[in-house]
Amino acid sequence: MNHIRTIAKRELSAYFATPVAFIFIAIFVALSGAFNFYLGHFFDRNQASLEGFFSYHPWLYLLLVPAVAMRLWAEERKSGTIEQLLTLPITTAEAVLGKFLAAWLFCGIALALTFPMWITVNVLGEPDNAAIAVSYIGSFLMSGAFLAIGICMSALTRNQIVAFIAAAVTCFVFIMSGLDIVLGAFRGWVTPALVDTLASFSFLSRFSSLTRGVVDLRDIIFFASMMAFWLFTAVVVVDVKKAA
Amino acid sequence: MTVMVELDHLSRSFGELRAVDGINLTVNKGEVLGFLGPNGAGKTTTMRMLAGFLKPTSGTARVCGHDILTDGMRAKQMLGYLPEGSPTYDDMTVGAFLRFIAEIRGYTGSERQSRVDLVAQRLALTDVLDRPIELLSKGYRRRVGLAQSILHDPPVLLLDEPTDGLDPNQKHEVRTLIAAMAPEKAIIISTHILEEVEAVCTRAVIIGHGKLLADGTAEQLRANLPGGGSLDDVFRFITTGNAPQAAA
Ligand SMILES: Nc1ncnc2c1ncn2[C@@H]1O[C@H](COP(=O)(O)OP(=O)(O)OP(=O)(O)O)[C@@H](O)[C@H]1O
Ligand SMILES: [Mg+2]
Repeated sequence: MNHIRTIAKRELSAYFATPVAFIFIAIFVALSGAFNFYLGHFFDRNQASLEGFFSYHPWLYLLLVPAVAMRLWAEERKSGTIEQLLTLPITTAEAVLGKFLAAWLFCGIALALTFPMWITVNVLGEPDNAAIAVSYIGSFLMSGAFLAIGICMSALTRNQIVAFIAAAVTCFVFIMSGLDIVLGAFRGWVTPALVDTLASFSFLSRFSSLTRGVVDLRDIIFFASMMAFWLFTAVVVVDVKKAA
Repeated sequence: MTVMVELDHLSRSFGELRAVDGINLTVNKGEVLGFLGPNGAGKTTTMRMLAGFLKPTSGTARVCGHDILTDGMRAKQMLGYLPEGSPTYDDMTVGAFLRFIAEIRGYTGSERQSRVDLVAQRLALTDVLDRPIELLSKGYRRRVGLAQSILHDPPVLLLDEPTDGLDPNQKHEVRTLIAAMAPEKAIIISTHILEEVEAVCTRAVIIGHGKLLADGTAEQLRANLPGGGSLDDVFRFITTGNAPQAAA
């Protein structure tokens, strides 16, 4: 437990060691605001809600989360520090979890800094604050699932760009699997049960039900098991590939 | 004599290549073992297996009685390891890096700080504690790597080319440090500088193509070469079969 905290602390300070972290957070906050006000037609909707704001989060995460995750293992392998790290008396799982928690906390900080948006809707009207709180939690959970995918892809390669692309593509698949165009392409030639299974793996539909303020335990369990699955895979990948 | 490190038919292949091929070896407390061999002989691979970074293909090893395969965590706790090229987190300062290592090794609070201060002093790093590692010269980085390996005062030290890149003064300092720690530990150092063997090692082994070729004190190794000669000549004779006359 202490090892996880020590590793997470080191990783988090590595994020903030360069201005990149601050630029990243600024981009996240600015983009999520811009999406909300321009693309989301925030003012035309005439309703005080953040649904538009949250509906763009999966797409923002699609690019930004792989960027946060790409360095976590690829850089260790490229610079050789993975040998230093994994010959310390820690388990691979502790190292993976420590890195994951640091990156997740980093995403959480970026997300928390969008709070002026929440204040704005409260100034303009009377939003459903409970729904907004649930949406924030849902968004945070979704970023964790994206990150777990990203950390797994980062463990596969020593090249950060490759890690980024692999993670973005995988995340894209998990977003798209809920869209009607995709499901429509499968309907007719596979069994409906398979289409439903496919749809149930969609980050998009899971997340959008949370943003409507509907707390369904199954959605939360879905994101939690996504994280567990990809983190476990990452541990296996690091163990198998560490010295290759 | 206490056996501290025991290699038991330790082997590692990469595809067809048998990088380490059935090495048997014991190292006792108080010994400084020079681990010699030409480039690609398998020195780093052997050390990586001992340190728990690479899994042996067959065979095993024990560190202070702890099997690296079945009791790897305990074995790692007994070890201080300087990886080849001493990779360190470049974006950290020397102090932050050493505090990180100390925390992982289980030291907290004032004990953590005193451990860091002690190794910084032993490796003349006190003045650079606040400098980012990436701005240090090669020799300083090597000393940071050495500092992290001895921070927890481990009973077994594995040093992969510890004096590579150090200036003559620092080489001397590091050898003095190793000699001072030697009575209480088992130390294995890989090196290409054969004068080091005579300066600090109580014993040396030579490996080639993953196999153990020679084992003994500098004196005993010299006896391998008919007519005698320098350790360099002995090394060349054992690893290539060329006597010095033939090479000249
Ligand atoms: N991860 C790896 N994959 C494939 N081959 C490897 C790997 N690591 C080492 N080898 C090979 O194993 C052999 C032994 O390498 P090793 O690094 O142990 O040699 P060394 O004795 O440390 O050499 P040097 O004196 O140059 O440091 C070499 O032929 C090397 O190419
Ligand atoms: Mg080597």
